[in-house]
Amino acid sequence: MLDHTTKEISQRKALRVNPAKTCQPIGAMYAALGINRCLPHSHGSQGCCSYHRSHLTRHYKEPVMASTSSFTEGASVFGGSPNLRQSLKTIFQVYDPDVVAVHTTCLSETIGDDIPTIVKKAQDDGIVPAGKWVIHASTPSYAGSHVTGFSNMVKGMASYFTKESENKVQGQVNVLPGYVEPSDMREIKRMVREMGLKPVVFPDTSDVLDTPKTGEYHMYPKGGIKVQDLVQTGSSEHTFALGQFSSLDAATYMDQKAKVPFTLSDIPIGVKSTDRFIQGIMDATGAEPTASMLDDRGRLVDMMTDYQHYLYGKTVGLWGDPDQVISLAEFLKDMGMKPVYVVTGTPGKVFEKRLTSILKDEPYEPVIAQSQDLLYLHQLVKNEPVDLLVGNTYGKYIARAEDIPFVRFGFPILDRAGHSYFPTVGYQGGLYLLSNIVNTLLDRMDRDAPEERFELVM
Amino acid sequence: MSDLKTCPDVDLEEFIEETVKVYPAKVAKKRRSHMLARTAHGEEEQSINANARTVPGIITQRGCCYAGCKGVVIGPYGDMVHITHGPIGCGFYSWLTRRNLFKPGADGKNYSQYCFSTDMQEHDIIFGGEKKLKQAIREAYEEFKPNAISVHATCPVGLIGDDVVAVAREAEKELGIKVLAFNCEGYKGVSQSAGHHIANNRLFTDVVGTQDKPVEGYSVNVLGEYNIGGDAWEIERVLEKCGIKVAATFSGDGKYETMTYAHMASLNLVMCHRSINYLAEMMVTKYGIPWAKVNFIGIKSMSKSLRKIARFFEDPELSKKVEEVIAEEEKAALEAIAPHAANLEGKTAMLFVGGSRAHHYQDLLRDLGMTVTAAGYEFAHRDDYEGRHILKDIKIDADSRNIEELKVSPDPEKYNPRLTPEKMKELEEERILKHYEGMIPDMKSGSIVVDDVSHVELERLIIKLKPDIILSGIKDKYVIEKFGIPSKQLHNYDYSGPYAGYKGAVNFAREIDMMIHNPAWKLAANPFKRKPLLSAELGSQA
Repeated sequence: MLDHTTKEISQRKALRVNPAKTCQPIGAMYAALGINRCLPHSHGSQGCCSYHRSHLTRHYKEPVMASTSSFTEGASVFGGSPNLRQSLKTIFQVYDPDVVAVHTTCLSETIGDDIPTIVKKAQDDGIVPAGKWVIHASTPSYAGSHVTGFSNMVKGMASYFTKESENKVQGQVNVLPGYVEPSDMREIKRMVREMGLKPVVFPDTSDVLDTPKTGEYHMYPKGGIKVQDLVQTGSSEHTFALGQFSSLDAATYMDQKAKVPFTLSDIPIGVKSTDRFIQGIMDATGAEPTASMLDDRGRLVDMMTDYQHYLYGKTVGLWGDPDQVISLAEFLKDMGMKPVYVVTGTPGKVFEKRLTSILKDEPYEPVIAQSQDLLYLHQLVKNEPVDLLVGNTYGKYIARAEDIPFVRFGFPILDRAGHSYFPTVGYQGGLYLLSNIVNTLLDRMDRDAPEERFELVM
Repeated sequence: MSDLKTCPDVDLEEFIEETVKVYPAKVAKKRRSHMLARTAHGEEEQSINANARTVPGIITQRGCCYAGCKGVVIGPYGDMVHITHGPIGCGFYSWLTRRNLFKPGADGKNYSQYCFSTDMQEHDIIFGGEKKLKQAIREAYEEFKPNAISVHATCPVGLIGDDVVAVAREAEKELGIKVLAFNCEGYKGVSQSAGHHIANNRLFTDVVGTQDKPVEGYSVNVLGEYNIGGDAWEIERVLEKCGIKVAATFSGDGKYETMTYAHMASLNLVMCHRSINYLAEMMVTKYGIPWAKVNFIGIKSMSKSLRKIARFFEDPELSKKVEEVIAEEEKAALEAIAPHAANLEGKTAMLFVGGSRAHHYQDLLRDLGMTVTAAGYEFAHRDDYEGRHILKDIKIDADSRNIEELKVSPDPEKYNPRLTPEKMKELEEERILKHYEGMIPDMKSGSIVVDDVSHVELERLIIKLKPDIILSGIKDKYVIEKFGIPSKQLHNYDYSGPYAGYKGAVNFAREIDMMIHNPAWKLAANPFKRKPLLSAELGSQA
């Protein structure tokens, strides 16, 4: 397994090996699926769209719909305007979405297609039916990562729908949940509601990418933020933006455009980041967490102390998307574990800065790296092995090669069930995440224990 | 030939006319030419439009040229390092997602678990990425020492004018190993198909025939077999049992070196006609090695293919051995599938798969007593639908004109006709050599053929024809299953396999039976019925 990975850490200037990121448009497609009755549209050649749909499908085991401009060589030279016009015509007549959310690829970005102008012309020419929306985000694959693409599409939603409004609706708040699972979005929505507020959550992929089997297929499932709610985002009292990489741009935009102030906090994974999320809501709105939320919190801390002897001092290598990894590292630290290698493929110095501050008082030197890949992570592990790996499915090869316990976390998870149904955010999500971590370590102890040390009660 | 049992009330012509009515007028006209109902008696030849531009916005299953080249044909060579020259996505999505299994050879070289990319950034788009590519090739060589390196261009590479061929040529000189460059930008052609052609051309000009190493005995190459889920290994097991040696497989479990002397084998067996027929044809012309179309999917077609090979070699000993193997393997396989076939008799299936399986699997479904009600390819050409005899009538349209057609002539030294011209002609007339009859003639009257099926067309087919199972890909699988109809992925076999050969047929039968008869399907409907409180008073039937 990965037999050619050397212990010596390679100094690579040009070659990326086993990336810990993918490209922008898949994030934009995922975000767009969080709008009710929206069809994501990929303005590029059709291979991208097919790959992005396939990969999201492999992760969710659910239908993932999107259309494409299907560029040919001619369009690639002369511009993709006719392809987008034809697309819109066919899409609205055949598939009848309320919103088409266009994102771009490296192809259309390199040739410089001007989407707003093309769409405006299509609207003027009656290709876009009255009352229907075409929104867009520029998502060049050669900048940032899929997280950037997600952020760009969320900002695109704000820029098309958010209007300045004098009349703020009391108790209504915008929530940008960040690039998290449908189950996480559902949980975040539940928490905010439980605090007595009316959350406008966008994007919201719950009830889109986790639909029930009833024998009926719905091209547009019941979930997703409705357009009528998106246009109300300017009337909200406050915006809670989760995850700097995923949500800051959209929150900033809404503040500037519609004077909706915002609180930026981490994606609430673990105790402290969930505490900060709730404190942020309290500070901005005066709402209070309920007794049942405090009970959830107490149960999570209870479990952390119940199992501390399996966790204390264990070294962890983790990788993934920056917003998640920042919070997760802090959660692991709070369990008494040592996140010694923390890697993301997504570029951004904020990642290193935040993690350095989170881990600054730890009695070891963690390796914190942005714009890095899994070959690098594997080489770190070869030099100094860890007790646990936490990251997406691609880590299973390292876990097997080095025989290290492995917890799947983040995007994408292509080879296990459950990740899209059970949240990892909030206190309840913490219970699920923690039980995964503890049970993975216990399974390993059972596997490795000599017979006379094999125990019934652990 | 009988009409279909399961949907006797469906007027297929009318269904097709109504289906295309959902589209804008121009699109309707185009799509009409990509569909046909097999005629009542299936006698006259029917023609279909294929390998044409995808309608923008229609929701196609298709991928791109890069996928056809890197993902399909070249990627399976596991002892090579394949570098994607582009932003990160293309390399990432084609990393371990096609199940072309690979076991390293004696040298232990195995890069199949890795993804290599130049991860182009904005700077590279503006100032060009050639330097970075050259450096990446160097780093790949230094770090991994592969047997060869390939470089695959992606969409922006062609636009910014990076000359990947020139970079590869320089690197090859510097490093002393083969560096193959492919101009497989995603926008080329109209589908994966262009990528197959581009891959074939480079393998033919730069790899095949670069080393002369005698191949002993009854030797064959298996072309267009990608070892999904271990298919190639099952095929090889049976061939070797018959005493037939596989010199090279293009490209399942492929090793770079085996390609270099593939021209020394006696016969090319073409499994996936679409992806590899170019190489097969060019090898006949240049080296005199004939090719035969085979189908190793299905019990009877496996046996038929083995008999074709025996007929070619014309050796009574070999023929005897082949018949012995057929008798033994067929018996075991038929016994093993019998309980499943009993459960599946009369069930209906639809197939929408890339460029060959939509046809190949019809033989296997027939072995199980199942009926095909609809089938289509994503990106096959008319010859795959109608048979190779229509090749002369195919016009290459503007979208595919830039895919290079190589001019090939016999090699002055290495041309070695395996058969006399008379024998060659005889076997061609027997349809052993250079013959592929296509999918349409093999389909029953009362079935539908749809090329490049769209989402709305698939939905309408499901609702109208109510198949028992649909064999398709990952993007469709869960759409179909939400309808309550099982869908077996015929690209990746739902992570199972092999499905080829005798043992594969048994695996397939067991899994199709299991899927169709899985008790969970019956749980989908809402079991809770509110008692109609007023029914007694109103006398309602509810």
